[in-house]
Order: sequence, then C-alpha cells, then structure tokens
Amino acid sequence: MISIKNVSKWYGEFQVLTDCTTEVTKGEVVVVCGPSGSGKSTLIKCVNALEPFQKGDIVVDGTSIADPKTDLPKLRSRVGMVFQHFELFPHLSITENLTIAQMKVLGRSKEEATDKGLKLLDRVGLKAHAHKYPGQLSGGQQQRVAIARALAMDPIVMLFDEPTSALDPEMVNEVLDVMVQLAQEGMTMMCVTHEMGFARKVANRVIFMDRGQIVEDCHKEEFFGNVDARSDRAKQFLAKILQH
Amino acid sequence: MDFSAIIPALPGMWEGMAMTLKLLVLGVVGGVALGTVLALMRLSHNPLLSRVAGAYVNYFRSIPLLLVITWFYFAVPFVLRWLTGEDMPIGAFTSCLVAFMMFEAAYFCEIVRAGIQSIPKGQMGAAYALGMNYGQVMRLIILPQAFRKMTPLLLQQSIILFQDTSLVYAVGLMDFLNAARSRGDIIGQPHEFLIFAGLVYFTISFSASLLVKRLQKRLTV
Amino acid sequence: MDYNWDWGVFFKSTGIGQEIYLDWFVSGLGWTIAVALIGWLIALFLGSVLGVLRTVPNRWLSGLATAYVELFRNVPLLVQLFIWYFLIPDLLPEPIEMWFKQDLNPATSAYLSVVVCLGLFTAARVCEQVRTGIQALPKGQAAAAYALGFKLPQIYSQILLPQAFRIIIPPLTSEFLNIFKNSSVASLIGLMELLAQTKQTAEFTANLFEAFTLATIIYFTLNMSLMLLMRWVEKKVAVPGLISVGGK
Ligand SMILES: Nc1ncnc2c1ncn2[C@@H]1O[C@H](COP(=O)(O)OP(=O)(O)OP(=O)(O)O)[C@@H](O)[C@H]1O
Ligand SMILES: [Mg+2]
Repeated sequence: MISIKNVSKWYGEFQVLTDCTTEVTKGEVVVVCGPSGSGKSTLIKCVNALEPFQKGDIVVDGTSIADPKTDLPKLRSRVGMVFQHFELFPHLSITENLTIAQMKVLGRSKEEATDKGLKLLDRVGLKAHAHKYPGQLSGGQQQRVAIARALAMDPIVMLFDEPTSALDPEMVNEVLDVMVQLAQEGMTMMCVTHEMGFARKVANRVIFMDRGQIVEDCHKEEFFGNVDARSDRAKQFLAKILQH
Repeated sequence: MDFSAIIPALPGMWEGMAMTLKLLVLGVVGGVALGTVLALMRLSHNPLLSRVAGAYVNYFRSIPLLLVITWFYFAVPFVLRWLTGEDMPIGAFTSCLVAFMMFEAAYFCEIVRAGIQSIPKGQMGAAYALGMNYGQVMRLIILPQAFRKMTPLLLQQSIILFQDTSLVYAVGLMDFLNAARSRGDIIGQPHEFLIFAGLVYFTISFSASLLVKRLQKRLTV
Repeated sequence: MDYNWDWGVFFKSTGIGQEIYLDWFVSGLGWTIAVALIGWLIALFLGSVLGVLRTVPNRWLSGLATAYVELFRNVPLLVQLFIWYFLIPDLLPEPIEMWFKQDLNPATSAYLSVVVCLGLFTAARVCEQVRTGIQALPKGQAAAAYALGFKLPQIYSQILLPQAFRIIIPPLTSEFLNIFKNSSVASLIGLMELLAQTKQTAEFTANLFEAFTLATIIYFTLNMSLMLLMRWVEKKVAVPGLISVGGK
C-alpha cells in the first residue's frame, strides 16, 4: 500500500531524513516513534507529499510521489491525515468541515456529503454537535471530528501525526478508542505516536526513528518482547517513556 | 457666519457625496481585489511573481497619491489610445478610479499579506491533505479566515481612502468637497460651506472609526 | 494625439531666462523639502507634547489631547489645508490679515499655510505613536522613578520619553515619509513644489510621461534615502542589550 524507498530530505544544509526505507501493507497498522526532532512528522508528511523530498521515492497504492506527472491533490484525497493540532477549519461549522472537501474535491452532492459526514460524526460519538463551530468543542472532540473528516473521503490509508499529544490526559482515550476501532476494522494506518499502549494493542509493526534514520523496524512482539535485542537508543527511549 | 444657505444647497452637495461614495466603494472593491492578487503573488514560491509584486507595492507606497491621480488624469487617455488605437473619451472619474484602485492595492496588499501569514501553517497543510488544490485552499480555507481577521484593518484603510477621495479636486471632479466649495463660491459664502464640508467629513469618519474600534474589540475577545 | 518621446526635454530651455526644465524640478524639490522638514519639526514637537498629555493622570488634559487627535485625524488633509489657507486668515485681526494677503508674496503665504497645516495634521499621528510608545513601557519604570523622588516632568523627560522614542522610530519613520508625500497637496494652493513643477513641465512641453517619470524617480529616491537615514538614526541611538531595534 505504502512503499518508502531510500527517501532522503534536506532543509538547506540540514539533513532531516537519511535513506529511509519501509513498507506498509494493506490492513497493516504501523506505529512510528522516536525522540523529538527525529523526523517522524517529516517522514509521514512526505507520504502524502505535504513535504517534498530530494532523494528516493514513495509509492502509494501504485502511484509514485516523486513522479512529476502525479496528480498530487488526487493522491492526497485518497490518503487521510490527522494532525497533532486537529486543524479543523475554524470558520466552518462541524458539518461544513466534514463536507467541504467531499463536495469540492470529490464532487459529491451536498446531500450525499452531509449524509456521509453525519454518519461518521455519529460513529465518533458527536452527532449532537453537528451545528457547532470547532472553537466550541474540547480538544478531544475536535480530534474526533478531524478523524471523521478524513474518513469521509473514503481513504485507502490513514496517517496520524501525534494525534493525542496536544490533548489533556483525560481526553486521550476517547481519541485512541476511535483509532483502535478503526484498526480493528482493517484500516491501513501509519501512526506517529508515543502511546505504547495503543501500539501494543493494535500495531502490527513498530518503527523507531532517530536523527532522521529508521533505526528499528520490526514486529510488535519483537519490539516489545525482545528488548535486549534493540539498539541502545531505542532502549533509552523505551525506558524513558515506559516509566510513566 | 450665516449657515442658512446650506439647506437649499443640500441636494447639489448630495450629488457630490454620491460621487465620493461611488469612488470609495469601487476603489475599495477594486483595490482589495488587486491587493489580494498582489499578496498571493508576494507569498508565492515563484521568485519572479513575488519580486514583481514587491516592486509594485514599494513603488506605489513611495509616491504621493496626488501624483498618481494627476499622472493618470494626463496619461490614461494616451495609454488607452495606444492600446486600442482609437480616441476614447474617458472622463476624470474613470482615471481617478483607476488611480485609487492601483494606489490602494499596494496598501491593501500589505494588509492581506499579513492576514494570510497570521493563519497557522497547519491549516494549509490540512487543506492540502484533503486533496484540495492551491486555488481551493486559498479560496475556501485561508482567505475566508484571513479576511475575517483583517476586517478592522481593511475598514480603517477604507476610512483613510474616504478622506483621500477629496484629492480628486486636483482634476476638477465634482466630489463632495468640490461640490460644497463651488456652491459656496457661487453664493459668496465659501467659509460656511467649507466648515460644513469639514463637519460632514468629520462626522462620517469619526463615527465609522468608532464602529471599527468596537468591531475590533469584539473580534479580539 | 501623437506622442513625441524626448528624454532630453529636461535640458531644454524653458524660455524663461537661462532656465532649463531640470531647474524647475530642482526648485520644486527644494520647496517640497522645505515644507516637509519644517512641518515635521512642528509635528514632532507638538505631537510629543500631545502624546505625553494623553498619558498623564489628568482627565482634562488627556481628554483635550484625545479631542485634538480625533479632530485632526477625521478631517481630510485637503479640507484642513483650505481652512488654513482660505478661512483662517479672514478670522485674524485686520492688520495681520492684510499682511498675510497683501504684503506677503503669494508663495510665502501658501508656504506658511501648508507648513502649519501639515505640522498640525501630522502632530495628531505623531501623538498616537508617542502615546503607544509610552504605554508600551513597563509600568514599573514610572513607579521606580517616583520612588527615586523624581517629579512628573522629570519622569517623562528623563525616563519615559527617551525609551519611548527609541521604540517608536519605525512608525515615526513612516510618518516622516508621509509628510513628504503629503506635502504634494501644496500644489493645490499654488505653491510650486515638486508636483506642481512636474505638472507645469508636462503642460509646457507636452512630454508628460517623461515629466511624471522623473517626478516618480525623485520621490522614490527621496523616500529610500530618508528610510536609510532613519535606519541609521535607529542604530545610532540603540541602547546595547536593552531594546532590540532594527533587526539583526
Ligand atoms: N521548515 C523547516 N526548516 C528547517 N528545519 C526544519 C523544518 N521543519 C522541521 N525541521 C527540523 O527537522 C527535524 C525533524 O522535524 P520533525 O518535525 O519531523 O520532528 P518530529 O520527529 O516530528 O519531532 P516532534 O516529536 O517534536 O514532533 C527537526 O530537527 C526540525 O528542527
Ligand atoms: Mg512531529
């Protein structure tokens, strides 16, 4: 589904990504973790071409991102993305947030888009808030709307960039529950997150990044079960976040 | 001083005010439209576009509005002739309007640019991630938010333009000030009419800026 | 409507004495600078006084300054100029009125009107900047000065204003540039400053594009040089490590 091949990226002189290679197959849930500044967000944004990269290629469902002939908007419309800071559109109501891209990008009719949007809103447990504006919702509620907004595009894969790290602790679970449910339904997901409980529960694979490199890329059981075989940096990182 | 002659002259002065308001509204609409295009050019990744827009803004911001009005009054007929090959009788109104639009666009551009830049970058990323193209991202997501934030500044600039429309006196256009002045001269009471004109401008600008201030407070809370 | 381009027009004789058209531009620029600089001095002085008044703990004084600002900001510059040039002289005592209208040469009376007009007009804007600058300072500054036994006038002159002025140099620069551009309204009461000379050249020679292009270049250059000058001033008065000014 997603195949990342030898991707390298620079900001001027500074190399953010160094020769990253990995795969995400259909139905797989891959968790990406690593210390701050290690390039996790950058890598996941490369997958739907929000960030350009200078070397290598990423192929999403048969479409190459490095190919200049690729219709990027069309590709992005098939890849759902959820951001750390939700990024709902504050000038639009919840319903409008859910329907605007369906109508303007996919060309769905208003009825169809609204119908779909409300169904998904119901699914994330927020049907009653359809007429509110993003500013009137809590962080956890906003993030659930953001997930529904991405799902409304019928994505073939979902990308999450630290979806819970801007939330107050008591709201983390309401968002994770939605993500777990999604994973169990067979959605292909690539999630940057430090929620190791989530990783243990639903991930198939865990990727550990440090200083722009993919240091570890292995099955969940291997990653959590055989800690001794992990690299020093991964051990340190795990020790730090598992303390909590 | 004797202000009794003002009342019978009101209808004539109202015609002048209508001209002033027409210049204002069309100037603001055209200026904001052109200014928005310039702002998008300035922020674009294409260095040529952004330089051209930067030079435009720099140029118009360093010369007096009155120079632009006067120059366009002289030059627009020539330019139109070169473009169309025919003599096109265009009045002072059109040349003034073009001058206002082009001049104000430079100021509106800076306001719009700041407005766009004040929208968090993630909004653009989220819109692109949903598959929107550049035009949709700007039109549906970024500009509506930016304009909401900019409204007080745009209105303030419009109040300045309202006062500056009086400069069309230079080319003899019958705006409110000129209408009041010429009536005062005819009747032989120039002072009364001048004071009256000043009072009208003051009342309109002052109340408009009070409203803008209130709007600003409401938007910041 | 055929147009004869001639960029050499500025070196042609105007037909008046030995003058060439370029001389007109030079003398026009001279008037422009004379109007703007003297007007600026008035604006800076009066604006500072008013700006201080707006912040003093006295409702009458600050109300007075506020009224001034609102009045001068909400009446168009041209209306103000007409008032100073056509109306005010008539209200003056007879001898002064006669002196203004008859004894002074027309250029001088126009000059006086426009300098006063621009000075008072710009003072309202300077006032707002000064007030903003003073209010941007930490409240503790005035308190500390009081605690040291300073009197209010000293607090302003020794403590608050020197800091406030450093902060507001960028917005003051733009008002300074504005007064040069605004001085072009003097052409509408017959003062032969830069714009008036440009118009006159355009009419005499029919080379209007050349005339207005030169005027644009002059205004543009003037603007850039003044901006550089103010940047230099800003650097010169910057207090090391205190208030960061002028980038870098
Ligand atoms: N626009 C940019 N220009 C220059 N450097 C950048 C830019 N964006 C990110 N970086 C740098 O690239 C590196 C990787 O950033 P990235 O956001 O991918 O890290 P991350 O792993 O997501 O970290 P975090 O956990 O803090 O979100 C960081 O060192 C960051 O400083
Ligand atoms: Mg990140």
